[in-house]
Amino acid sequence: MKTLLYIVTSLAVLGLAFWAYRENYTTQQVLKETRSLQRQIGAQQARLSVLRAEWAYLNRPQRLRELAELNFDRLSLLPLRPEQFGRVDEVAYPRDEDVIEFSNGVEVSSLNARRDQP
Amino acid sequence: MIRTPLRPLARILTARANGENPDVIERENLRQRHAEMQAASRQRAEGRLLVLGVFFLVAFTAIAVRMGALATSEAVEPVASTAGGSGIAMQRADIVDRKGRILATNFETHSLYAQPPQMVDPEGAVERLVEIFPDLDRDRLLEDFTGKRKFVWIKKKISPEQKQAVHDIGDPGLLFGPREMRLYPNGSLAAHVMGGAGFGKEGVTAAEVIGVAGVEKQFDDYLRDPANGGRPLQLSLDLTVQAASEQVLLGGMKLMNAKGATSVLMDVYTGEVISVVSLPDFDPNDRPRPPTSGFDPSVSPLFNRAVQGVYELGSTFKIFTAAQAVDLGLVNSETIIDTSGPMRIGRFPIGEFNNKNYGKLSVADIIVNSSNRGTGRLALQIGAERQQQFLRALGMFDPTPIEIVEASGGQPLKPKKWGELSTVTISYGHGLSTSPMHLAAGYAAIANGGRYVSPTILRQTGPQLGDRVMSEDAAAQARAMLRKVVTSGTASFGEVPGYQVGGKTGTADKPKPRGGYYESKVIATFAAMFPAHDPKYVLIVTLDEPSVIAHGEERRTAGWTAVPVAGEMIGRIAPLLGLRPQVEPDQITGITLTSN
Repeated sequence: MKTLLYIVTSLAVLGLAFWAYRENYTTQQVLKETRSLQRQIGAQQARLSVLRAEWAYLNRPQRLRELAELNFDRLSLLPLRPEQFGRVDEVAYPRDEDVIEFSNGVEVSSLNARRDQP
Repeated sequence: MIRTPLRPLARILTARANGENPDVIERENLRQRHAEMQAASRQRAEGRLLVLGVFFLVAFTAIAVRMGALATSEAVEPVASTAGGSGIAMQRADIVDRKGRILATNFETHSLYAQPPQMVDPEGAVERLVEIFPDLDRDRLLEDFTGKRKFVWIKKKISPEQKQAVHDIGDPGLLFGPREMRLYPNGSLAAHVMGGAGFGKEGVTAAEVIGVAGVEKQFDDYLRDPANGGRPLQLSLDLTVQAASEQVLLGGMKLMNAKGATSVLMDVYTGEVISVVSLPDFDPNDRPRPPTSGFDPSVSPLFNRAVQGVYELGSTFKIFTAAQAVDLGLVNSETIIDTSGPMRIGRFPIGEFNNKNYGKLSVADIIVNSSNRGTGRLALQIGAERQQQFLRALGMFDPTPIEIVEASGGQPLKPKKWGELSTVTISYGHGLSTSPMHLAAGYAAIANGGRYVSPTILRQTGPQLGDRVMSEDAAAQARAMLRKVVTSGTASFGEVPGYQVGGKTGTADKPKPRGGYYESKVIATFAAMFPAHDPKYVLIVTLDEPSVIAHGEERRTAGWTAVPVAGEMIGRIAPLLGLRPQVEPDQITGITLTSN
């Protein structure tokens, strides 16, 4: 009876040791992944702020004005004037064939992003 | 332990038999027993001391080891505990406009420095650096590189292309440090509000970015506070309206040959400043140095005319006199006042523009014709005391509370002694110098039905309910007078179909720096509100030294200079503000779809 108890106890110790060992390594692995993810998030946020700055720079009113002037032949864009106010019921619904569906969009948010992850 | 009896019978009997004193034996035993007890307690005390000593040794060793580790290891940023939580906060928060469009943000860039002892070929490096950065001083750089210096800053900010070019030189003594720089993507747009930012304390691996002017300086603590988690600072400005105002005002300034110009557009209920322009302006990305010489600071583009420039704004003040007179019940807009001359206060004659004589006029017509003597007589009825109270309530005696650092420099200039003469001249806007922002706040009080609103550059969520400065009725009568100025008075060029502009012109002679007034230099101002029947916005346009040839005559008055500019501006910005014109749109040509 006593022998059996000793065997069971030592087996339990072995099992627990193995379990603790595995848990330890899984934890370290998860921590490593977390760090890597956080690095990625940091890089993406830096990238996002650069993109936002770029967006603001490309959409600065002065540039848009110059572009509107350059493309006046094609677009005929002029500043908004009071006479241009209309009523909603004056606008026709688009016909079905006018509606363009976007099916092949290109994801550009991570183009030229720094690749500093393993 | 076997306890030895103090008087062992065997030894006592022996001693007695030998005729010795048995007490000696007892004392001897007692001594031995005490010695044993002493030894035992000493041992116990020594044991305790040892334990205590070991404990302290361990504790101090642990502290010493930890301190040593902290002192010798590299400092590491703590890793955020939650993935994807608050994120990595920027060093400085963004500034956005009322619709969330970016006005100021940060940009990662690099600084360039050199460590001359590690340089391989200082002369060659200098040659190539000067090629990349033409503004560097070659001799100075060569002296720095070949001298005794161990560390030289070359450039505070360089672009990625420049960094690559320097990298290609390949000298190990040329090094880069990361830098966060402040970027104003819209260039000179709202330059005076933004102000600018510069570097504070600088190290190799990082530099402090601090605001040097404008809101950047005013809200420096807020923008740099990590507790805000990078939440942007939202201003009341509207990017598109600001851009349109700047464009129109610049065009107007050139057309009217003016030296400077400023405009303020303010929401009359919330006090939000939607656009504020001061020309000439500058690029906050590359802020010019403040002038170190010269008498007049207003020549510098850094000077914010809208809040710092205190001028006598002339006849635009007349409406305050009229509104107060109506508010006090002294007159109503139809009361007839005799404006005929001559009128003298002490030794000073009070005259009209071009020496006209209007005779008997109603109060409304005094404003429409801009009669100095008419408002002067109203002011005499009001009295100096009540006039001062009213102007103080409108905020005309203190710098404007708008949150731009320069605003505190816009202290109005008022006469030291406020006598009868001052009362009369101030009633038509001479003798009291205020900034256009003050005037905007004053007109906003008339426009919103008599409550003072303090101008603010921050986005507001609801109307300010400020102190009441005049009755609803007085404000309504004043608005009707202002509307009449545009329909049949001096501001007829300010009529914009659909927006019912109301306003008052003001043309004031410019004071000379050493006293007296210039003959032919004026400040032309148009203070407007629209739509006049239910005003939403107040617009102030001021031109500095305008002069235009019209109908074969050189004209400087506001009616010919500031008013057309303001009219054009209202026509441009009112649609952008979402104000629907209240007229029939001209000839509907059919709506064409340009995109879906």
